[in-house]
Amino acid sequence: MDALLLARLQFAITTIYHFLFVPITLGLSILLAILETRYATTGDETYKRMVKFWGKLFLINFAIGVVTGIVQEFQFGMNWSEYSRFMGDIFGAPLAIEALLAFYLESTFIGIWIFGWDRLSRKAHAAVMWMVAIGSNISALWILIANSFMQYPIGYAIRQGRAEMTDFLALITNPNVRYQFPHVLAAGIVTAGFLVMAFSAWHLLKGRADNKDFFARSFRWGAGYGLIGALLVAVVGHFQGQFLVEHQPMKMAVAEAHFNTEDPASWSLLTIGNWEQTEEVFSIRIPALLSFLTYTRPYGEIEGINQLQAEFEQTYGPGDYVPPVALNYWAFRLMVGIGFLMILMAFLGVLWRNDLEKRQRYLQLMVPAGLMPTLAGTLGWILAETGRWPWIVYGLQKVEDAISPNVPAWNIGVSLVSLTLLYGVIMVIGVRLALRFGKGDPAPAEVLGV
Amino acid sequence: MDLNTLWFILIAVLFTGFFVLEGFDYGVGILLPFLGKRDEQRRAIINTIGPVWDGNEVWMLTAGGAMFASFPHVYATFFSGAYLALVLMLLALIVRGVAFEFRSKREDPAWRSRWDWAIFVGNLAPALLWGVAVGNLMRGLAIDAQMNYFGGLLPLLNPFSIWVGLVFVALFAMHGANFLSLRLDGELRARAEAVAFRIWIAALPTTVILLAWTFLATDILGQGLIPAVLAAIALVATGIFLKQARHGLAFLLGALTVVFATAMVFAGLYPRILISTLNPAWSLTIHNAASSPYTLKVMTIVALLFVPIVLAYQIWTYYIFRKRVSDKAETLIY
Repeated sequence: MDALLLARLQFAITTIYHFLFVPITLGLSILLAILETRYATTGDETYKRMVKFWGKLFLINFAIGVVTGIVQEFQFGMNWSEYSRFMGDIFGAPLAIEALLAFYLESTFIGIWIFGWDRLSRKAHAAVMWMVAIGSNISALWILIANSFMQYPIGYAIRQGRAEMTDFLALITNPNVRYQFPHVLAAGIVTAGFLVMAFSAWHLLKGRADNKDFFARSFRWGAGYGLIGALLVAVVGHFQGQFLVEHQPMKMAVAEAHFNTEDPASWSLLTIGNWEQTEEVFSIRIPALLSFLTYTRPYGEIEGINQLQAEFEQTYGPGDYVPPVALNYWAFRLMVGIGFLMILMAFLGVLWRNDLEKRQRYLQLMVPAGLMPTLAGTLGWILAETGRWPWIVYGLQKVEDAISPNVPAWNIGVSLVSLTLLYGVIMVIGVRLALRFGKGDPAPAEVLGV
Repeated sequence: MDLNTLWFILIAVLFTGFFVLEGFDYGVGILLPFLGKRDEQRRAIINTIGPVWDGNEVWMLTAGGAMFASFPHVYATFFSGAYLALVLMLLALIVRGVAFEFRSKREDPAWRSRWDWAIFVGNLAPALLWGVAVGNLMRGLAIDAQMNYFGGLLPLLNPFSIWVGLVFVALFAMHGANFLSLRLDGELRARAEAVAFRIWIAALPTTVILLAWTFLATDILGQGLIPAVLAAIALVATGIFLKQARHGLAFLLGALTVVFATAMVFAGLYPRILISTLNPAWSLTIHNAASSPYTLKVMTIVALLFVPIVLAYQIWTYYIFRKRVSDKAETLIY
């Protein structure tokens, strides 16, 4: 395999892996902060037991999220040095600001939080958890500001063969980030909500009888929290899609398997394309729905893959400008499908909150459903990143031009294999630990000294 | 002073903060299996850095991020050039981070022992590799006219740079022992105090040899002579204070040794950041490797606003956890 393919594979594996843990950190940190604030203000010991119990899962997850994040920061320079040279003037700034504003905050305060239970007042300790939550979520904001430039370059000029920042305010108020950040934030909330529901459901089904109150209460928190996140992620996602039709039309065209320009444009319920992914061979379509979803009216032209390819060739010269259609089409379909299912399942949890134990079938479903947000999040990033192909920075630099010229393929092979193996081992250990604690009993109040 | 010089200094400050703070974390990790005989003792040793190591590690990430933002070509050249060495470092840092967190999650002694050795390797390897990296910064790399280094791993593992790596390990181990002397209690404290002096006896000649070798093999001492002399004085003073059992001062002087040694390297490099051994004109400097003036200006404002805040809450952390850590089981936080 050539260096480019290996480097892309490594970036995909390390990024997807990193983002298995990040949403839990984003969403659960806020939930823990809310629960601990409830404890600090009401003195209700169950809240402290909840914070301690879910906090253990949080810390296992947090550790893996942090260490895999280090790889993310290093590999731009390691594997993508031409990208780093071309983009450093713009991309480096939000990355450095992320470290300065967010990494310090979350990493310093998580230490205080773990070790500070006896050193700080209840309220101060709850405030420390808020600092962790704010730090984590600010971190997401800054990395998405950086990613948004790659999706939708703004506030720059090309000088001396590189992109230079000309307007910092434009960079950080990039319209793309106004959709992407709330989408990711909400995704974190759903992920945390479903994680809490999954373990709580397991306990309600199989756990000890004297824990049932604790987990019924946890489940209610998870359901309410998850429902808020699920609704938010869908609403924001809808507007994000509309934005993308306008600014990254090719990404949405492949995500919708929309091969040719139409007005009004139909929406694909199921499309099977030919092997080359250049036209459809079978399709079930709902007339005008794609136009409606895009413009909120039953007409309006939407450009198709083939026409966009021709336009790109005119603007940027000959080449293949079509991202992998089937991958993006199915990633998008599955993500949205899971998204709606999550709204439904969280809603049922809220609806049935007072007689959960009678809903055996529902609880059985909610245990594996804990993985749904993670799957949806992964699919979302596959769409966001592979849907930009062949661009690493949309319209400015192609992926093939971004790679380090001085790193031979076998070096990347070494890093790819060793990182993947280590990540695999850590996944096994981390999941085992999480299951062990998640299926364990919450500490009784007297042990916690409340 | 132009912004390029200011950012050169800021990067130097960030690396100094990283080496001083993570320096004792690395040292504590390296000493862990040797100082802690029983499980509670090892837990007590880990707990001395437990609340702070994660925040300290961010100094490295911020130094890297700031390098990317202010001198993107340095970030690109060095990180791609030192590829395999960085892969090793990343593997070690990953193991280290999860080891601190996972170690006490099970009672099983075999489990804990395995993680203790993971902590040892995960702290030893980055200490050594950062030293090797700095050694290569001092000597220079075969950087071509396009700012790329094609030499691969083996030329980086030259005797001089490996020696710098050993000095890093020795100084960090001493620094870690000094830190433990201030943070532990009882038997462990006595053990840390004793081991600090023993490491100093090894660190002193190792460092002196490095200074002589630096004079012979590099031009760093041209501009870095004053901080080099100060580093040597601080190291000698560390030993004197250790002998007099004044451990607070010994820790301070050990930290100053690291500060002056880092200052020596950066002062010696200025205005270059990456020296090309092929052609001096191909070196990456604070001018040809820098971001645009606009980006540097934005980053300067951000740094001036937030670095003091970060310093304030990190100092607060040390204040909260100022009490010595005892190895009595009932007082330990797992």
